Amino acid sequence: MTAPLLAISHLGAVSGRGIGVPILRDVSLEIAHGETHGLVGESGAGKSTIAKAVLGILPHGIRLTKGRIELAGRDLLSLDARARRELLGAEVALIPQDPLTALNPGRRIETQLTDGLILWRGQAFKEARRRMLALLEEVQIREPERVMRAYPHELSGGMRQRVLIAAAFGLEPKLVIADEPTTALDVTVQKQILRLIRAMQARHGTGVVFVTHDLGVVAQICDRATLLYMGKVMEQGRVATLLEAPRHPYTQALMAACPRYDRPGQGLEPVPASVFATCRAEIAAFDRAEAGHG
Amino acid sequence: MAEAALAKAEPASPERRDRGVLRAVLAEPKVVFGGSFILLLIAVALSAPMIAPHDPLEQDLMSGTLPPHGFAGASPDFLFGTDDLGRDVLSRLIFGSRIALTVAFVAASLAALLGTLLGLLAGYFGKMTDIVVSRLIEIWMAFPPVLLSILVVAIMGSGVGSVIAAIAIIDWTRFARVVRAETMAQAQADYVTAARTLGFGRMTILFREILPNVAPLLLGLVTLEMGIAVIVEAILSFVGLSVSSDTPTWGGMIAQGRQIIYQAWWVFALPLVALFATVLAFNQLGDGLRRALDPVMQR
Repeated sequence: MTAPLLAISHLGAVSGRGIGVPILRDVSLEIAHGETHGLVGESGAGKSTIAKAVLGILPHGIRLTKGRIELAGRDLLSLDARARRELLGAEVALIPQDPLTALNPGRRIETQLTDGLILWRGQAFKEARRRMLALLEEVQIREPERVMRAYPHELSGGMRQRVLIAAAFGLEPKLVIADEPTTALDVTVQKQILRLIRAMQARHGTGVVFVTHDLGVVAQICDRATLLYMGKVMEQGRVATLLEAPRHPYTQALMAACPRYDRPGQGLEPVPASVFATCRAEIAAFDRAEAGHG
Repeated sequence: MAEAALAKAEPASPERRDRGVLRAVLAEPKVVFGGSFILLLIAVALSAPMIAPHDPLEQDLMSGTLPPHGFAGASPDFLFGTDDLGRDVLSRLIFGSRIALTVAFVAASLAALLGTLLGLLAGYFGKMTDIVVSRLIEIWMAFPPVLLSILVVAIMGSGVGSVIAAIAIIDWTRFARVVRAETMAQAQADYVTAARTLGFGRMTILFREILPNVAPLLLGLVTLEMGIAVIVEAILSFVGLSVSSDTPTWGGMIAQGRQIIYQAWWVFALPLVALFATVLAFNQLGDGLRRALDPVMQR
């Protein structure tokens, strides 16, 4: 059996000094080549922290306490900064949350898009530009030539997100991490962007980690998903199974909280307090066990 | 309105954008006023030997302290009159602009270079770098600037080079403070994170990603600094610490005119007017540039 594309095992993280506040509690997950994996949870569940830990861009004050992150069998955490940068730069790409600030306002699109190819493939600007022009067409941007020469502020939010998607696939990475890529966009644009990511993923055979709080999005584009609550994995598995027959009460409660267009009378139930209590009790039990070991 | 809606759906052509910035800059009256005066002054300074009616050093004791045109006893040869040694005030003003502008451009650029570099490093790397640079700025700003510049020139010896060095050594803090704050703000932006995930080194991110976004701010600041440099040069000339006395400078003329102010007020007043107009023009230009290039004010 070959190594999975991304294997996170027993990852723990805390914020603050000393023992700190736990942010991730023993998170393990595996992502196969070409798989789209959803990281689902509410705010503060640790889904973005996982993404940032993989990319090595954890904010100040958050540090990993244990666990391994392996990319195609290579332990990322044991690499020195330079080797890690080389590995990540070429093989893992990020589709950021907010397309409005993720492009440098002071540089033309063409110079930003070609950065990666020039840096990691040693291509000349013209060559890199040709390649990215083709990608812009692939993400269905009309008049890619004009977009190339534009500055970010001349493009709409949806257009910028398309540019960022093209940028993410530019180096043919093995893994793309999409950090809530549709949150900042209009609902109508969201759907196009989701389809686009799905299409690009299928065409390029890329593995995708999809960070979101929206179970509807997970249902649409993910193969498998991990459900987090307070940094602990609540339920994990194939999306079909997860949504058809949720085992964990938290998953069930989240399902009930989703709006159902097919049954307008139902849905939008707030997560009952008893479910949170169950989750908290589980986490408290886990923390006790941890403290006992450590 | 319809045009605005279209512009959102379709990217504006880059050419139009570039021309747009230029038009925005030129639409600012302060830029037009300040800029044209500075351009005129540059032309005067460059062509000084050709347009000056007299040699600025030529003394003619027979025609000393002649008043400017329009006053009783004026000579048609000397438009702005003469000083107590009979030197032509207009010619001296024209040649004086050379020193003023040289100091303005070189000193302001050097101060900007030094300050921007330290500000970028402090703002981006933080921690010890920031502590060292910030404390340095605080210590620096506690010194009285004029006295400090006199001290620098006194140590280095008089001359244009010393004046320029003094201004750069003292005024870098103006740039460092502003650039540091702006760099800190820019470093939080997602595009910096994006550059990090792409694997760019920190220096590359600092100079290729962050610097271009700090640059518009710098342009206005440099222009304002040029005005300050003109004043500082005049002050140092006034106290006799700038260039040697056989090179005409506005500050030197003011110092000389002060002694004969009751006999020949124009020797004192005219270089003052030149100084005033030049500093005002630089300030207006800098202020106008800042307004025109500010993305918030553009909207």
